[in-house]
Amino acid sequence: MRPLTEEETRVMFEKMAKYIGENLQLLVDRPDGTYCFRLHNDRVYYVSEKILKLAANISGDKLVSLGTCFGKFTKSHRFRLHITALDYLAPYAKYKVWIKPGAEQSFLYGNHVLKSGLGRITENTCQYQGVVVYSMADVPLGFGVAAKSTQDCRKVDPMAIVVFHQADIGEYVRHEETLT
Amino acid sequence: MGRKLDPTKKEKRGPGRKARKQKGAETELARFLPAAGDENSKRLSSRARKRAAKRRLGSAESLAMHKFPGAKPLPGKLPKGISGGAVQTPGKKGAQPLHHGTQGKKRPALTHSSEEEEVEEEDSEEDGVLNQEDLWGSEDSDADMIDDYGADSDSEGEDEDEELLPIERAAQKQKVQEAVAGGQWSEEETEEEEEKGSLQSCPQKDDETEGGLQINVDEEESFVLPLPGEMEQDILPAPDLQRIHKRIQDIVGVLRDFGTQREEGRSRSEYLHRLQKDLATYYSYGDFLLGKLMDLFPLSELVEFLEANEVPRPITLRTNTLKTRRRDLAQALINRGVNLDPLGKWSKTGLVVYDSSVPIGATPEYLAGYYMLQGASSMLPVMALAPQEHERILDMCCAPGGKTSYIAQLMKNTGVILANDANAERLKSVVGNLHRLGVTNTIISHYDGRQFPKVVGGFDRVLLDAPCSGTGVISKDPAVKTNKDEKDILRCAHLQKELLLSAIDSVNATSKTGGYLVYCTCSIMVEENEWVVDYALKKRNVRLVPTGLDFGQEGFTRFRERRFHPTLRSTRRFYPHTHNMDGFFIAKFKKFSNSIPQSQTGNSAASTPTSLDLPEVKGQVTPKPEGSSQPAKKARVAMKTKQQLQKRQHPKKASFQKQNGISKGTDSGLSTVSCDTKSQASSKLQDSSQPTQEIRGPKVTKKLKQQSATLLSSKKVAFWKPNGPPKGTDTEVPVLSLSKTQDTLKPEDWVQPLRSTRGTKKVKQQLPAQPSKRAAFRKQNGTPKGPETPAMSPLDSSQPPPAKRRKSQSRGSSHPVLS
Repeated sequence: MRPLTEEETRVMFEKMAKYIGENLQLLVDRPDGTYCFRLHNDRVYYVSEKILKLAANISGDKLVSLGTCFGKFTKSHRFRLHITALDYLAPYAKYKVWIKPGAEQSFLYGNHVLKSGLGRITENTCQYQGVVVYSMADVPLGFGVAAKSTQDCRKVDPMAIVVFHQADIGEYVRHEETLT
Repeated sequence: MGRKLDPTKKEKRGPGRKARKQKGAETELARFLPAAGDENSKRLSSRARKRAAKRRLGSAESLAMHKFPGAKPLPGKLPKGISGGAVQTPGKKGAQPLHHGTQGKKRPALTHSSEEEEVEEEDSEEDGVLNQEDLWGSEDSDADMIDDYGADSDSEGEDEDEELLPIERAAQKQKVQEAVAGGQWSEEETEEEEEKGSLQSCPQKDDETEGGLQINVDEEESFVLPLPGEMEQDILPAPDLQRIHKRIQDIVGVLRDFGTQREEGRSRSEYLHRLQKDLATYYSYGDFLLGKLMDLFPLSELVEFLEANEVPRPITLRTNTLKTRRRDLAQALINRGVNLDPLGKWSKTGLVVYDSSVPIGATPEYLAGYYMLQGASSMLPVMALAPQEHERILDMCCAPGGKTSYIAQLMKNTGVILANDANAERLKSVVGNLHRLGVTNTIISHYDGRQFPKVVGGFDRVLLDAPCSGTGVISKDPAVKTNKDEKDILRCAHLQKELLLSAIDSVNATSKTGGYLVYCTCSIMVEENEWVVDYALKKRNVRLVPTGLDFGQEGFTRFRERRFHPTLRSTRRFYPHTHNMDGFFIAKFKKFSNSIPQSQTGNSAASTPTSLDLPEVKGQVTPKPEGSSQPAKKARVAMKTKQQLQKRQHPKKASFQKQNGISKGTDSGLSTVSCDTKSQASSKLQDSSQPTQEIRGPKVTKKLKQQSATLLSSKKVAFWKPNGPPKGTDTEVPVLSLSKTQDTLKPEDWVQPLRSTRGTKKVKQQLPAQPSKRAAFRKQNGTPKGPETPAMSPLDSSQPPPAKRRKSQSRGSSHPVLS
């Protein structure tokens, strides 16, 4: 377990800023204590310092996880956000998409969101903007990338993809092994 | 329309030319099936009617008759199965052949034994064989032929006058009639009683016939245990489960009222043995496990338990209060089509699911982490543990993470939880569950639980959900029924003991808010539950405390040949058949000392009572943290404490044996208590209350421990000579030394209290707390203490040191501050 290098921090923050923008600062400076990111086995964990102290006693090969895992660095040093980060992205999300109840199941199975399933979308969403996907009951379901800007969404036909799927909470049961 | 059709005035017409109704099932079938009691009520010809009338008269006479000598055994034909009917055994089975004659076909097995006996008879009397065979043979074939029976028997009677008296003949006729009448009834009896019947039915039938009208009620109710040899007939063909089930119920009924319902000559153990085999067959258990269950439960409960294991427990879930409330979750799930209810008064977050139209483990609410599927019994250990916020908790065997997440939600994501498991694949589900439920204060590790205090220790609370044989969750995993045997249970128990000791060592006894450990298993075996807990009580400084669960059965304090500590009554057992949750066992420990008692064979027995007595005393003194354990010093101090305690509680009682038996490192807390009691005792000894010294006691003890640690280690050996003469020991010394040590920090001063303690102990050992003797002793030791005493007088002691200190420090105070 080690702290992130500059480069890694930059890459990760860039990725996260796509979804939460400048609210990223709120993740680091929290009123209830200092939190930090640690790298362990190519995965980035977000932990408070109190937990770090105890975790320092555990040897590296026996440590499985700590705090919240945000994602992992791939072999080519790109950062991939996991669904486990949703709890921190959702409250600070800048661009949101709500999908209709009928389309929920489809999204939870890993499919992209079609225009027919689109309920609401934040105004002036640019194309390829990172978005967080909600159900109509404001339950966060995952996140993705907007395929079309808000204007285009209105014009496009019902079977066109409007949000590319990146992660959804269905992965907790579908991809349990890859979470660690 | 146009037609004048008025339905109300429609005229009724009868059946037309071609309408041919069926008369109904009864009438149709009556042609094919013989009606009940056909033999009795069949159409009789006129002659038959007369004969029947005569017979009835004759039977009235023969009622008076009791026995008729079976003078003529009627041989039976073996191959066709008719033999049973024709065979007659003298005496015991007198009238049976008549029965059998009519039912010969229906009772082939029944007469095996009777046949064996009667073969000899057959050979012996062949006179009337042919005749009788013909007679019997003709009778068996058809019910109608019974009609001719009377005629034949008459003729037979004429032939064999010398053998059958007329009255006997009449009796035979009557018996045949009754046999015919009862034929239907006994047919049904045959199948059930075939196995048991051979011994039972013969005598029973005999009774009936011999008793005439007397109906033998016992015949239907009392159950006869088949001989062991006969049991193979059950197993070799496919076991008839219904029969076995009935037999199980019968045996349980007999055993419930054994005195009256037992069969003569059969012991209780035979019944139990049979019951065990039947239960094993019926419920598909291995013999070992069933034997264990029979030891555990009374018979009535046993069957309920076995039944409950066949049925799954209801699905329950626990609301994740980090993300939602139970009310909101229930509403959301009901909207999805789930039928649920709150779990019970004892749970604020539990819900039980009756049925669901959607898969309950895949709803969007589940995926969003609003609830966790968890058994009701798995919520209990966490409720017993009662974790507080900002604590450090260890969950030693956490997979799949239900209990860990419950702990986290009770702590509201504060503090730290270390979730550990030895199984790497199951850890993945822990990671998944904890992330899904939004738990952020957890570290997940992959150690063997036994490594624990070495890796990291000092936790406020520890939860140990030990790996077990799983005998409480048979409904989830039926393989447990057969694949567990003695060595599996013992292996589990061994592992559990090791894990429990490690867990106890990982708890910090001096934690401000904690010091608790919860040990739980999903097993009902005593070897894995009470025995392991009892072992821990003997080996470590822990005691059992109430779990806080107000329902559930108390744990055993004795079981078969084992005896456990009485506090085991505070542990809890849960069963599937009484609480409708998985079998579970929960025990809550409080650790009162961080030191590990070194077990010596003689001492361990004594240490248990002492370690358990002390907590009562400790109410006054809080245990102080101790950096290093010094068994020798503690032992001495402990012994002193013990004597003080004894002294206080039983002033004149000398329980010196106990003192001698106290193990060395009983308690760090003991040392504090000892110093406190030391002061008190010494005051008692002196018969002078010097409250100031007592007040100073605790402070002094702290100092003593902190500073004497290094000093004493070297002096330990020197002092710990049990046979050395008391060196300047005096009962007064402790008091003086206490007051002195408060002020000065000289090494010798530290030495003295120890010496004194040892000395006083010696004094106690030798002189049972008698002031007069003490005085004498004091006189003895007056000389060595001479130079010391002036320095140690209470009044003087305070002055010189403060003087010194005033030079070094600006502040002098009447209450010297202990630096």
